Amino acid sequence: MAVARVKRLPSRPVILLLQVAVLIGFFLLWHVLTATKILSPFFFGTPLAVLERTWSDFASGVIWYHLGITLLETALAFAIGTVAGIAFGFWFARAPLVSVVFDPYIKAVNALPRVVLAPIFALWLGLGIWSKVALGVTLVFFIVFFNVYQGVKEVSPVVLANAKMLGASNRHLFRHVYLPSALSWVFSSLHTAVGFAMVGAVVGEYLGSAAGLGYRIHQAEGVFDTVGVFSGMLVLTIFVVVIDAVVTVIEKRLLHWRPQEAQTTNAQG
Amino acid sequence: MSDSAAMAAALRTEGADKAALRLDGVTCTFPSPDGRGRTYTAVQGVTLSVAAGEFVSIVGPTGSGKSTILNVAAGLLAPSAGRALAFGEPVSGINRHAGYMFQADALMPWKSALENVAAGLEFRGVPRREAEERARPWLARVGLDRFGDRYPHQLSGGMRKRVALAQTLIVDPKIVLMDEPFSALDIQTRQLMENELLDLWSADRKSVVFITHDLEEAISMSDRVLVLSAGPGARLIGEYRVDLERPRDVAEIRMTPRFLDLHREIWGQLREEVLKGYAQTKLT
Ligand SMILES: Nc1ncnc2c1ncn2[C@@H]1O[C@H](COP(=O)(O)OP(=O)(O)OP(=O)(O)O)[C@@H](O)[C@H]1O
Ligand SMILES: [Mg+2]
Repeated sequence: MAVARVKRLPSRPVILLLQVAVLIGFFLLWHVLTATKILSPFFFGTPLAVLERTWSDFASGVIWYHLGITLLETALAFAIGTVAGIAFGFWFARAPLVSVVFDPYIKAVNALPRVVLAPIFALWLGLGIWSKVALGVTLVFFIVFFNVYQGVKEVSPVVLANAKMLGASNRHLFRHVYLPSALSWVFSSLHTAVGFAMVGAVVGEYLGSAAGLGYRIHQAEGVFDTVGVFSGMLVLTIFVVVIDAVVTVIEKRLLHWRPQEAQTTNAQG
Repeated sequence: MSDSAAMAAALRTEGADKAALRLDGVTCTFPSPDGRGRTYTAVQGVTLSVAAGEFVSIVGPTGSGKSTILNVAAGLLAPSAGRALAFGEPVSGINRHAGYMFQADALMPWKSALENVAAGLEFRGVPRREAEERARPWLARVGLDRFGDRYPHQLSGGMRKRVALAQTLIVDPKIVLMDEPFSALDIQTRQLMENELLDLWSADRKSVVFITHDLEEAISMSDRVLVLSAGPGARLIGEYRVDLERPRDVAEIRMTPRFLDLHREIWGQLREEVLKGYAQTKLT
């Protein structure tokens, strides 16, 4: 029997190994180029110095404080932006007049690059965490808002009619139909929303503050400390990767009812 | 069995106001999708009544307005003219006496099969835990006791239909509206489900309005078969009493001479309408 073989990717450990190899290759290349002075270590740092600096920052504990601040700002921006986005998304979706009247203004504000608001927020809210939270909120809010709006609008009319025939009151419809539908849209944009919350925090810190990862990078830049800049970027990257992994886990748990790409178990692994 | 049939007949003749469901000159006109004030009248002047405990099928060509009639009976669609009555009371808003098994997939995709079946009880104020306990035997009845924690997308089309059946019947509606409930099933499963439905129905005689494309299914299940003409302006053009004995086995009854007579008779009328309906859809 001639079986057409589907071209298959190598197994997971092999892929992981290749990914690590790429990382090491990158650092090696960087090391060789700077050690042979093809690239100036002053402008490009050296990987060993960057790793050493990162390690000592973590060991001495200074970085934890800044990490904590950035994390707090990210979490607050995400939470406030999400709650506000859900509330307004529902309101607009259920009140057609409101949504029609406000539509051009929502689109206009959303089209505005939010970074330009950072100095205004710094003026209004000072240089503490709240100006960064506000910047993050303006980013997160619109993503969540549009997704909730869409989620409520896209509820299948048949599912809705079915729930009504089964005796659902308006409260039941909200809890058993509209909310799950809207949340599925919100969760599918979770990665983007968390990412934007963090962008708001870091950019805000970078433009003016006394703590946080953005502040650290800005400080290092101010004194031409390239190693410090790269070290800050490394920490930021690790921070992003960890948060993204956490979001993936949460997403899997909350959206288990959703059709993924068809999955089957396969004895050949 | 014959005396329960006699009882159903007696209930029917007792007067229209005792009917479980009655449609009175129902006309439904939709705004045409191509707009500019043109309209499309799907059904016109449909009058029918279903006695308590009666099983009535409606057959008709595709697009004639069968689902539309059911939507009016369910109270989901207000007719342009005429009215619907449930147990003598005009239906305004959702018809609280009716359960509706939709033609399209209507399960809540974010609820498991068990939660979907339990939903109707929950909406009626039964605590969640208890509702799910009571949903379990219903899942078993439709043969899905091992699939309670699956989500709709993890079930086959036929399984979803069976969950929908349990979901509709668990709240014990006095009127059951079914829109081509088994057309997605293969012929064997289909006959199993038809027999199962007849069993459930004969246990506590609800009024059933059953819509199907399939004339054999209509005859083998019902007490009465109504024929709807092709649209636009579809009306009821035929009514046939099915005097086959109960309990029935839907596969066996198809071999009996009386069944074949009825089939020939109704098909003679339906065929014309189907051809007309087909010509209509080809034209537009
Ligand atoms: N909301 C609507 N707006 C406009 N036209 C509609 C609407 N609902 C139904 N129609 C039209 O009314 C007619 C009857 O539709 P209906 O769904 O009742 O047909 P049906 O008999 O159930 O068909 P099928 O057997 O294919 O399910 C169709 O021509 C359809 O295009
Ligand atoms: Mg239909």
